[in-house]
Amino acid sequence: MYCPKKDVRLAVMILFPLLALLFLFIYGFIIWSLRVSFTDWNGILPNMTWVGLNNYKLLFASQRFQTDLRNTFFFTLFFIAICIIGGFFLSYLLYSKLKGESFLRTIYLFPLSLSFVVTGVLWRWIFSPEVGLNSLLRMIGFKAEFGWFTSTHSIGGFNVALIALIIAATWQYMGYTMAMFLAGLRGIPDQLIESAQIDGAGEFAIIRKIILPIIKPITFSAMIVLGHVSLKIFDLAYAMTGKGPAFVTDFPGLFMFETTFRGNHYAEGAAISIMMLILVAVVIVPYLYLTFKGED
Amino acid sequence: MRKSFLIAVLVFLTATTMVFAQGAAEPKPKSNSLEIFSWWTAGGEADGLQAMVDVFNKKYPGIEIINATVAGGAGTNAKAVLATRMQGGNPPDAFQVHAGHELIDTWVVADFMEPVTFILEDNGWMDKFPADVIDIISYKGEVYSIPVNVHRSNVMWYSPKLFKKYNLAVPNTMDEFFKVADVFKANGIPALALGDNESWAATHLLESVILANTGPDKYRALWDGKVSWNDPQVRKGLSDYAKMMAYTNRDHAALANMDAAGYVAEGKAAMNIMGDWAAGYYYSQGFKQGTDWDWAPSPGTKGNFIMLSDSFGLAKNAPNRDNVIKWLALCASKEGQDAFNPVKGSIPSRIDGDRSKYDAYLNAAMDDFASNAIVPSVAHGAAISEPWLTRINDIMSVFTTDLNVDKAMREFQAASDRYAPKN
Repeated sequence: MYCPKKDVRLAVMILFPLLALLFLFIYGFIIWSLRVSFTDWNGILPNMTWVGLNNYKLLFASQRFQTDLRNTFFFTLFFIAICIIGGFFLSYLLYSKLKGESFLRTIYLFPLSLSFVVTGVLWRWIFSPEVGLNSLLRMIGFKAEFGWFTSTHSIGGFNVALIALIIAATWQYMGYTMAMFLAGLRGIPDQLIESAQIDGAGEFAIIRKIILPIIKPITFSAMIVLGHVSLKIFDLAYAMTGKGPAFVTDFPGLFMFETTFRGNHYAEGAAISIMMLILVAVVIVPYLYLTFKGED
Repeated sequence: MRKSFLIAVLVFLTATTMVFAQGAAEPKPKSNSLEIFSWWTAGGEADGLQAMVDVFNKKYPGIEIINATVAGGAGTNAKAVLATRMQGGNPPDAFQVHAGHELIDTWVVADFMEPVTFILEDNGWMDKFPADVIDIISYKGEVYSIPVNVHRSNVMWYSPKLFKKYNLAVPNTMDEFFKVADVFKANGIPALALGDNESWAATHLLESVILANTGPDKYRALWDGKVSWNDPQVRKGLSDYAKMMAYTNRDHAALANMDAAGYVAEGKAAMNIMGDWAAGYYYSQGFKQGTDWDWAPSPGTKGNFIMLSDSFGLAKNAPNRDNVIKWLALCASKEGQDAFNPVKGSIPSRIDGDRSKYDAYLNAAMDDFASNAIVPSVAHGAAISEPWLTRINDIMSVFTTDLNVDKAMREFQAASDRYAPKN
């Protein structure tokens, strides 16, 4: 692409204030947090005594943080998997010229217009063990004993209390994934599908051999978007369950908030947020790398 | 081209100067005003604050009151906002804080506060407060905050209907508690309502159970770090707590503390140990004392009063220092306390409150406050610092679930080693 030198200079000038603010308030404070995480700042007054990796050692030794990492892993896994599979299924239904498409599309997308806080309060009532879904089941004669988000059972490290949170989160984001997939499906040329049909390919063969490869980049983008939602999750868990009995529904975000702003452990809080940054970076950096590589 | 370059520079310069201008032109509060910072946003608390503000306005009509509240139960959000303002050198004039270590270990030790002993001394009020209370609000011989009200933590709320139905006596000791609880359990009724959706409610219960086993002196020493958690009586407290969990409602982890108190008045559970704001809740819901609910000191703690208190302090560099001093004097006065407390549903921290203004429960609480041994509450920031409390709440969250006394004991000891005052 041809860019005259003068235009570049102008662009830099115009962008400079924004870039300066960005670097100061985003990257500057990331570096500041990193520095704080190596100090002994555990009170209201800053104490910049260097303690090396001490805060990280405390963190990884704490039962709460270990549970948090497990919860984040399982929550992310199920949240992404269910959203992608369910979202694809829904979008394929709409794509196959289902009746009442625009009506259904609105219904699917609607939860996304709520904030996680609203969703959390709503589903908290639904899953409350004595008054919600359970009492409905009891009314029609089931012996509903499942504690939902208060359950302390765990299957191979997976806290079953997370199921309630996963349902609430997928309820909100499945429609969004559907919309992404639908856009992708609409972009597939009809001739391609038709010629496959003429060649005698069945519906599943078309999905597997034609549709899925074409929408692969969309699946990838959806995973990234959902992944960064779930890795940073705070508001949903805060509004719906809190940290839960024995941290069954705790996440690093909640831990960071309580450690820093309730316990005044600024250094440990900074260490938790750096760990969260690393978790997100592990997902985002390869994505950015692939995106930029694709553009060259 | 040159022209557009110049325009860009101009735009940039104007934009940045505006940023700085904004910072410099931060609105200064009016010269004769008083900003009161609290988390009293709803119900009796907000009304109580308003009642006290009304008294203040009448006395000092020239001073404008700025009521700065931050919503959120137990003040967790307000505390975060306060920390930001204090660290940024922009303290509110007067701010609400739990009396005791929450104030002292966070703000006094960090040298953000001015002592207010002189307000009590100048008015001759030092002996109007119980000595135990003065002890709780003092650091190195100076008083650092004025307690406006007092709540009691170790209260057992019970359902007279259920006790009558099974012909049981209200338990006075932990042993009696477990006997009574067995009867309720056999009849399929949760003996102890608990709502520990927020883990401080579990800590709240624990402090009463520990006090029941240790008595007031050892209880105080435990929070000073001078008694080991392996002490037989402290240990017994922990194992009693673990044992009590077998008698709780199944859905305790999903309930808020008020829901659990409600279970008792609705006859869904027999007993609940919660602070005496529950009485205010019962009155407001129209439940009748004596038929729907009644109270006793929590089992084994008769003669002891676990107190917590909201207080106001004097921040260094408060913009309107003279007005704060006027406000604090009102907070400490009989007039101010009797305006605030009947509405808020708490008792005055002075011993000479006007009895006719308070309801039946509060009058009984005032009797106990004047005669009992007074010890500070752990769960509400009077006995220990916030970092220590945060850690204890975390331990309780696991302990309530796994009921492993040995493990909890080790973790409590480790927390004590790290956070207890060193001297």
